[in-house]
Amino acid sequence: MADSIVRLGSVTKHYVRAGAKTVTAVDDVDLDVTEGEVLAVIGYSGAGKSTLVRLVNALERPTSGTVTVAGQDLTTLSERDLRLARRKIGMIFQQFNLFRSRTVAGNVAYPLKVAGVAKAERDARVAELLDFVGLLDRAHAHPEQLSGGQKQRVGIARALATNPPLLLADEATSALDPETTAEVLSLLRRVNRELGVTVMVITHEMDAVRQIADRVAVMDAGRVVEHGDVYDVFSTPRTAAAKRFVRSALHDRPDAETLRRLRGRHPGRLVSVSVTDEPGLQQRIDAAFADAGVRTELVHGGVAELRERRIGSLTYETTGSPAAVDAALQALRAHGIRTEEEV
Amino acid sequence: MEGFLATVDVYRTAIGQTLFMSLVSMVVSGVLGLALGIALYATRPGNLMGSRVVFGVLGVVVNVVRPIPFVIFLAAVTPLQLAVVGTTVGTNAVTFAIALAAAFAVSRIVEQSLVGVDPGVVEAARAAGASRLGILLGVVVPEGLGPLVLGYTFVFVGIVDMSAQAGLVGGGGLGDYAITYGSQRYDYGIVYVSVATIIVIVQVGQLVGNRIARGVLRR
Repeated sequence: MADSIVRLGSVTKHYVRAGAKTVTAVDDVDLDVTEGEVLAVIGYSGAGKSTLVRLVNALERPTSGTVTVAGQDLTTLSERDLRLARRKIGMIFQQFNLFRSRTVAGNVAYPLKVAGVAKAERDARVAELLDFVGLLDRAHAHPEQLSGGQKQRVGIARALATNPPLLLADEATSALDPETTAEVLSLLRRVNRELGVTVMVITHEMDAVRQIADRVAVMDAGRVVEHGDVYDVFSTPRTAAAKRFVRSALHDRPDAETLRRLRGRHPGRLVSVSVTDEPGLQQRIDAAFADAGVRTELVHGGVAELRERRIGSLTYETTGSPAAVDAALQALRAHGIRTEEEV
Repeated sequence: MEGFLATVDVYRTAIGQTLFMSLVSMVVSGVLGLALGIALYATRPGNLMGSRVVFGVLGVVVNVVRPIPFVIFLAAVTPLQLAVVGTTVGTNAVTFAIALAAAFAVSRIVEQSLVGVDPGVVEAARAAGASRLGILLGVVVPEGLGPLVLGYTFVFVGIVDMSAQAGLVGGGGLGDYAITYGSQRYDYGIVYVSVATIIVIVQVGQLVGNRIARGVLRR
């Protein structure tokens, strides 16, 4: 097992607002980010993801708990030492946050200037970084002359300027169209694979998770309610929050509205069967229903690929006696196939 | 018109005095106001050096000084003039008073311009490990430069206006000239020439400010 580059220990962050009640943005979170991995922190807006990531580079100080990055407990550091620690943590943002008063090269050079790197060395490093993100020819352009995807690539180059072993991405692709999102995600993957940078991605987008994450942590109301391998969490979500997120991300289970419409057209019992990477899954499903004398009609579902494995759900309308349907579901469960009746 | 022709030397000197008072007080108030404005921005609760106390005190000081009409301010500031310039009359004493009064106006304009700077870029600079002072001077001020230049241009017009009132305390300049040689002698030709000259100075100032702002904003 590789070492943790980030370790959050019982981290809590309260916001106290005058005249309003205290808001708990992050609630007793324990979380490790392993060196070299891409960890996606997912959840709906307001779940505390953005606060969590800002605790990692100490843009926010925790109310209690410890934040350890590369073996250093940030909560004990002075403002001065914290600045040095932040130079070893890159960060990119949803709105890119580029300096409009500086050129592309000037933006990328900024962290190097802050770190006191000499001009000649700075210029060489800027050129190297712009080449890596494919924007060497735009070095003298100003940010407003760039497209959204280009801006984020500049953001990535700037974040990597001081060679940090850790990159934090706060909704880095949420302001981009799908095509540009894919482009930026593949760049982030290169950052991880080619440069060996550990990446912590905050996102609510399934595409981001699917394309780059090794592990995923699900946040809900300030807590990390579930975490683990991406495929495991998505194929067998245990908590209500994770189920809800996975369902909306994969679009494979009918939502309440769809279900109401389906019921209008399909009077039989509606059963959803989880699709996993198990070989021969379809034959087993077909056989289980057939053996019990239950006829089925496929009415909803979706199958996708996640980390090179199959994932999804299929919803059938079943026609047969209640006992027969129960027997079919029993048989499916006996094979380790998860089923759920849509009610 | 003969009144004007007879005093054309005084007129020339007056232009020089007006320009001297305006430009020197512009520079001095620009620097003082920038410092005070940055302090107001930085100490705003929730900002880089957020401090309810400092922000509150600075705010009160600025709000006390700023609404004082300049004519009254000129009278009120005499002890300070004596201490710093050594006299309460003449161009230098008036320039000092203008610079001081304008600094408070500039501070609010600087504060407004900087508050408009995207907090996201401040966060990006913090994430890069920059110091607070480094962020204020190296990121916040450059990012707010466009509105800052326009704000300074706006102040320049006010300063030229203040310099015209300097005539009241023998400060010289176009205002002094218009009153002494113009209205007091019922020579309105001289008044109008002075007004026209001030309009030209203001126009040129506005033009230069717009140019610079456009350059900074690249629009």
